Amino acid sequence: MSVQPNAPDGVEPTRFEFDSESEQQIATILAKYPPERKASGVLPLLYVVQKQMGRQTGSAWIPRVAMDVVAARLEMAPIRVYEVATFYLMFNTKPIGRYHLQVCTTTSCWLRGSDDVTAACKAATGIRAFGETSADGLFTLTEVECLGACANAPILQVDDDYYEDLDGPRTEELIEALKRGERPTPGPTIDRLNSAPAGGRKVLVDDAAHKPQGQG
Amino acid sequence: MLQDKDRIFTNLYGQNDWRLAGARARGDWNGTADILARGPDAIIAEMKASGLRGRGGAGFPTGVKWSFMPKKNDGRPHYLVINGDESEPGTCKDREILRHDPHKLVESALIASFAMGAHAAYIYIRGEFYNEAMHLQHAIDEAYEAGLIGKNACGSGWDFDFYIHRGAGAYICGEETALLESLEGKKGQPRMKPPFPAAMGLYGCPTTVNNVESIAVSATILRRGAAWFSGLGRPNNAGTKLMAISGHVNTPCVFEEELGVPMKDLIEKHGGGVRGGWDNLLAVIPGGCSVPMLPRDVCDTVLMDYDSLRAEGSGLGTGCMIVMDKSTDIIAAIARFSKFFKHESCGQCTPCREGTGWMMRIMERMVEGRAEIEEIDMLEQVTRQVEGHTICALGDAAAWPIQGLIRRFRPVMEERIHAYKAAHGGTRPVQVPAGLVEAAE
Repeated sequence: MSVQPNAPDGVEPTRFEFDSESEQQIATILAKYPPERKASGVLPLLYVVQKQMGRQTGSAWIPRVAMDVVAARLEMAPIRVYEVATFYLMFNTKPIGRYHLQVCTTTSCWLRGSDDVTAACKAATGIRAFGETSADGLFTLTEVECLGACANAPILQVDDDYYEDLDGPRTEELIEALKRGERPTPGPTIDRLNSAPAGGRKVLVDDAAHKPQGQG
Repeated sequence: MLQDKDRIFTNLYGQNDWRLAGARARGDWNGTADILARGPDAIIAEMKASGLRGRGGAGFPTGVKWSFMPKKNDGRPHYLVINGDESEPGTCKDREILRHDPHKLVESALIASFAMGAHAAYIYIRGEFYNEAMHLQHAIDEAYEAGLIGKNACGSGWDFDFYIHRGAGAYICGEETALLESLEGKKGQPRMKPPFPAAMGLYGCPTTVNNVESIAVSATILRRGAAWFSGLGRPNNAGTKLMAISGHVNTPCVFEEELGVPMKDLIEKHGGGVRGGWDNLLAVIPGGCSVPMLPRDVCDTVLMDYDSLRAEGSGLGTGCMIVMDKSTDIIAAIARFSKFFKHESCGQCTPCREGTGWMMRIMERMVEGRAEIEEIDMLEQVTRQVEGHTICALGDAAAWPIQGLIRRFRPVMEERIHAYKAAHGGTRPVQVPAGLVEAAE
């Protein structure tokens, strides 16, 4: 099992409160669950915290004081929020860089060259090992388990976006673009329509297939 | 092989509009009210007759699962929970439904919920699928606005709400009771069964948990009829299935096919063949990393369906193949799975929490060959100590790839050990270098 680490001393803010954008999101979220089942909102609210921290500070993470705010809002014991926040890998319990580079290294990506993607990430950012943040504070590199897009391996997830069918040079290009403040279109980085075979579809090539089908 | 006219997911590659207008043009939401008017019993009977088996990996008949929900309401609400936590290494099929055919899922969720007496459905989508969840949310919003779901859905008199709940990066939440725990706002640790979710699931209420694909195909099955669906595939392995090919093929991709087609034909047609030709094939993991791999001679003839793969000591799983050619370090490929399971064990059951660490550490040494021959048997024993001794199947899933490796590639492991000994001075027991204890943790 894996457990998320605590933030280093001295980086914890002293207070946290939701801004108006977050409050709107929270209202939508809490309407999804029965009123007496507020605890169901803990994962979504932790995401709200993380996004707000990203907006406000450029580092999308969840300070402990914010977990306490979530606990109070959902009428949960703080420990229940801490254990959730540290159980799930996508919650950053310490500050991260502006861009979160998440390399999938599980077997499907490894077979297609995820080692090259990792090496390119390190070369382009100066990061030496997984878990580190680059000296300029722009990038944090994380090794992640299967991202569920294996037919487009290898994958690098940057924040919420998948960049697919990568190799070393294209990974470096992507990171250089991010440094320039650009945000390339996510998806395959080779000539290919989503998860269709490279070189063109082998099925569903006939438009007639898209007309309404038999009505039972 | 499947013809385009029999495909369910006709926008699989997102080549057309995935929104409501595009979905309607493809036939979705066509006569939904008429399907609902047949009533729950007729819908469930039709689903049973179709022979649809669960598409998430276990292969349990979907219609039968639906029939487990209490017929009479005892005052507790019923829930449908859709498992969109797709995280099994090698598996990438539900993603295509979420982002390119989301209305198939929304429409089918309405029908399935109605059939099981549920006024609300939750879909649990793995957190990494952020953009996919946004597509589905857009489709849900469109469906509410068009009166297709919500109060009096499709004019049927049935009220139905559909909510997305995003996970946050924990493979274990694909296990149905861990998923429910997570949905309730807890760590994703599986529950003891019984009670089963149909009796006591989400919030202690009757609940059915189904895979995204199992739900998403149901509207089409009900529209085109059970006989159409069961006429595809083979007996007891009916219908079409989303599959994928990743790894060492010329054109990795996702596709929909009939069950019961030879694996070789699928790899040749959709995958564009094995890199370097069929003779360069080493092994295939047929359905996600928890099913044991098949060596090339089995792949020559095996059919891609539940029963054929089971007969070869493997399984269909999610139907998403990982193909490995002869350049693959097969021990390293499986060792990576061991690392995966070590990382994803929830820590609740001791055999899995400790055993996955043991398996990973021994496998890391096996990759180098820094081991004794007897340790292959010891490793096998460790897998047997984990398998079947845990609340959920993660322990089994961690054990099976290693068992598959030992069963099929033992000589490769032995050769690696001999080579290491030869390179490090003779036949004496290998020294465990300083720093290993540190590296192990």
